[in-house]
Amino acid sequence: MVKSTSKDAQALFQSLRSAYAATPTNLKIIDLYVVFSIFTALIQVVYMAIVGSFPFNSFLSGVLSCIGTAVLAVCLRIQVNKENKEFKDLPPERAFADFVLCNLVLHLVIMNFLG
Amino acid sequence: MVGAGAKKTTNGSPEVVKSGSGSSTMLKLKLKLKTKQQELLLRVSILCLVYVLAFITRLFSVLRYESMIHEFDPYFNYRTTLYLTEKGFYEFWNWFDSDSWYPLGRIIGGTLYPGLMVTAAIIYWLLRLLSFAVHIREVCVLTAPFFASNTTIVAYFFGKEIWDSGAGLVAAALIAICPGYISRSVAGSYDNEGVAIFALLFTFYLFVKAVNTGSLAWALASAFGYFYMVSAWGGYVFIINLIPLYVLVLLVTGRYSMRLYVAYNSMYVVGMLLAMQIRFVGFQHVQSGEHMAAMGVFFLMQVFYLLDWVKYLLSDTKLFQAFLRITVTTALAVGAIALGLGTASGYISPWTGRFYSLLDPTYAKDHIPIIASVSEHQPTAWSSFMFDFHILLFLFPAGLYFCFKRLSDATIFIVMYGLTSMYFAGVMVRLILVATPAVCLISAIAVSATIKNLTLVARAKNNNKVAHSGSLKGSTSSSKASSKASLDQSQPFQRNGAIALLLGAFYLLSKYATHCTWVTSEAYSSPSIVLAARGAHGNRVIFDDYREAYFWLRQNTPPDAKVMSWWDYGYQITAMGNRTVIVDNNTWNNTHIATVGRAMSSYEDEAYEIMRSLDVDYVLVVFGGVTGYSSDDINKFLWMVRIGGGVFPIIKEPDYLVNGEYRVDKGAAPKMLNCLMYKLSYYRFGELTTEYGKPPGYDRARGVEIGNKDIKLEYLEEAFTTSNWIVRIYKVKPPNNRW
Repeated sequence: MVKSTSKDAQALFQSLRSAYAATPTNLKIIDLYVVFSIFTALIQVVYMAIVGSFPFNSFLSGVLSCIGTAVLAVCLRIQVNKENKEFKDLPPERAFADFVLCNLVLHLVIMNFLG
Repeated sequence: MVGAGAKKTTNGSPEVVKSGSGSSTMLKLKLKLKTKQQELLLRVSILCLVYVLAFITRLFSVLRYESMIHEFDPYFNYRTTLYLTEKGFYEFWNWFDSDSWYPLGRIIGGTLYPGLMVTAAIIYWLLRLLSFAVHIREVCVLTAPFFASNTTIVAYFFGKEIWDSGAGLVAAALIAICPGYISRSVAGSYDNEGVAIFALLFTFYLFVKAVNTGSLAWALASAFGYFYMVSAWGGYVFIINLIPLYVLVLLVTGRYSMRLYVAYNSMYVVGMLLAMQIRFVGFQHVQSGEHMAAMGVFFLMQVFYLLDWVKYLLSDTKLFQAFLRITVTTALAVGAIALGLGTASGYISPWTGRFYSLLDPTYAKDHIPIIASVSEHQPTAWSSFMFDFHILLFLFPAGLYFCFKRLSDATIFIVMYGLTSMYFAGVMVRLILVATPAVCLISAIAVSATIKNLTLVARAKNNNKVAHSGSLKGSTSSSKASSKASLDQSQPFQRNGAIALLLGAFYLLSKYATHCTWVTSEAYSSPSIVLAARGAHGNRVIFDDYREAYFWLRQNTPPDAKVMSWWDYGYQITAMGNRTVIVDNNTWNNTHIATVGRAMSSYEDEAYEIMRSLDVDYVLVVFGGVTGYSSDDINKFLWMVRIGGGVFPIIKEPDYLVNGEYRVDKGAAPKMLNCLMYKLSYYRFGELTTEYGKPPGYDRARGVEIGNKDIKLEYLEEAFTTSNWIVRIYKVKPPNNRW
């Protein structure tokens, strides 16, 4: 039983990897960025669990900065992905401009909130 | 004049629809362009008329009385705005107000929604910059009508987004004069709701736009709209619960799209972060139970997106099934554990009483008398629905039908907004306000769609008839004409029926306009600080007793005097009388209010002890026995007893009742006849003849002769009674010398 599950997981992993290899490079870069920011958020949560969340606004702004970055990057990824039919008529330049604008607002607010 | 304007605009919109459908029949390109320009011109001019109309229909109170602030809460808003414009933003933000809630005080900057004050102050500064020498009071009085006008523009664009521009125009016209909205936005009603409804509709519009386009920029704009809403009114909780609910419904019905992901997640993250900048809201978005739904849906969206992505990557369905099972179980387990831990450790605060009372209408009545005591928190009666919505009430289901017929992401949103807000409007009278924009929009869809169909029928038949008669004249029976004729004969009364229905719609809409104008002028334009009544000869009698009393307080009492009154009058006393009060309309401390309630319902000597402990110098009561003004303190007295008794069990409600009946005449309970409130209200009233043919001491508000005419005060003395006895002020005597 255990063996079959691990085998299944391995097969799953393998097929995922082979499928992912076909993604264009620019999307892969965005994925890396998303993974990096989620990882940073996780580090902060672990740190909070060990040390405590005393300046709560600082903790929140740190975590939300990472999560916000990740979410916005995923949105960008959705919009520039050529396979998404919904965003056919949205040029990638416009998508990137929106992304930059949102990030600007997000981080200005976070600077205000950092305390 | 206003009524005529209203008719013109509501009925102007069908004309636009007509010309719009007419353009399709015109085939020549040159003519088509021209009609398009005509249509644009018509649309713009109608919108301008609606904009002006929404403003001027709210000015009845300024014309009838004067440019002044109405009711209770607006006085606090006015006072804080005054402070903001005089002292600047930093002083305002750090303001500790020692004039209210004596001896506790109140941190104003951290306990209010600053949106309204900042908006008014910005308008004021802008006008000053343009060298218009206006007073801040004028700005405050006209803020609500101005924002109502802006709401009509938003309603137009919202309607355009959901249905078409015809529906948008009708929606703008309907919302401009809808009594449900006017009730909270007449000139002088300087309250949070005035700007909040604009912010609410604006946020919803931008969010729907973001969902329709899937653009980050629109989502960001809706986050800013949400920020403005959070800064303006506590009703933002409705947005932060409705939008996740909408997303959830779309997910369940299989309408999930990438656009939805972009719109919701970016709006949620940025909006939440922006909302945290408002100090009164603070960390509630991550800590209070009311906001957890939004966060849950946020995480759900991530899981959903991940699954969607993996499904797209994996070609093997069996593998995906396995993956799905693993992810869903993990996500559910993690979510449940997080929620359980958060609730158990007290990190996520439970729902507040106000929220419970929305979900369960009987909750407040059983548990929180202070919420139940406010008249605008009562469940809504059918008559007030009819009063506030008029024909919209039965256009609403028709509009729902049209929405369901043409289901899209946007119509699902408006349907959900309409249904949820209708439920809340049924629970609490004041929430009719929140339902009004949705009702107007949905009704506008019904009106617009119906009239469009009818005019199409009427016009098409018209053309056919012309063609038909033309063919008859020429006495040539072409096959085309004969086929048309047979179609004509199959439904002979269609055209007449359409015209009759159009006339009916015209009649109904003009009825709506007259009803709205009448309601606005009769019911919603009284400031309630100046009372008006009809005299014996039909003339208007004005009772300006409130302001008389507050002015007296300002002029004749020491600047540090503390005034005790029931909490309703607290804001007015601090704003107009400039004196310190014990409790006011910000009912944040139930115990303190209960102490005042206890003092009012005790015997004079016990009350004196309480008043001494609170440093009270003056006691103010409102009394309507002479004028027949029914919302006075005697009629509110049972709530004082209940709220006092809720904290201090010494006060028992049955002591004040006789066989469960509340009376003030000879048959009243002995405790009632000798409690402080009774004594202060009826002191020396027994000497006064109020009505011809009635004995002295006849209370006109309750229609009885009072039971205790010989009232002697031991620890208080009468300081001032206004000309119509509406406000009576008593001075608390200093303690006797011991020797």
